[in-house]
Amino acid sequence: MTGTRPDPSKLYQRKMPATWWLQKQSYFLFMLRELSSVFIALFLLVYLYQIYQLTQGPEAYVAFTRRLSSPGWIFFNLIALLFAVYHSVTWFQSTAVVLPLRLGERLVPRQIVTALHIGAWIVVSLGVLILFLALKG
Amino acid sequence: MTTEKTTEPFWWGLFSAGGVVAAFLVPVHIILVGFALPLGWITDTGALYRNWWVKLYLFVLIVLPLYHWAHRFYFTLNDMGLKPISKTLAVLCYGGAIIGTALTAWILLKI
Repeated sequence: MTGTRPDPSKLYQRKMPATWWLQKQSYFLFMLRELSSVFIALFLLVYLYQIYQLTQGPEAYVAFTRRLSSPGWIFFNLIALLFAVYHSVTWFQSTAVVLPLRLGERLVPRQIVTALHIGAWIVVSLGVLILFLALKG
Repeated sequence: MTTEKTTEPFWWGLFSAGGVVAAFLVPVHIILVGFALPLGWITDTGALYRNWWVKLYLFVLIVLPLYHWAHRFYFTLNDMGLKPISKTLAVLCYGGAIIGTALTAWILLKI
């Protein structure tokens, strides 16, 4: 797929200080949302490393899961979880704006669309949990 | 105005798919991997990761949010005043996600 964009050299570019996102609460929350992707990616790399331990045998895998019980790792995973939940909620809120839901002539209120997504999220999470418990060795 | 062709819609598609995967699936995995297993609420020997459906699922779970990260982080760094080196940033961010994809595929095929 391809798209088009104007020549950047012909656009007006306003000078912004690097700390612009500290000047307003909404900008700060925007930055937190962007930062959530960093913690999600870091968590997934740790998870990938844990799966990689299986190439060294099941003992190495179990030993690594135990190493994650140190206070430092628990703290990291707590921060990652908070960012991940923040990503989920903000993602569902923006989905409700980007993909409005219609019932006949009427537009379903955004809050309802977000709530439906959060409900689906809980169902999917429980499904993953049940499947993990059913398949684990 | 020039009509320079870009690959942006392609990367945006991966960003969006990664955002959906991260929103629906990542929190429950953090609870499992980050808390339930280390704290001994449940035990696991990792045998399920040899199931090919599980491998396919994990590939989607790990890889798509990496492209989500690449897209967001690239634009965030640009917004924080690093626009002059945006070409380098694009290579580092999207290149990092591509390396992550290869690494994930390699590990999942190896176990």
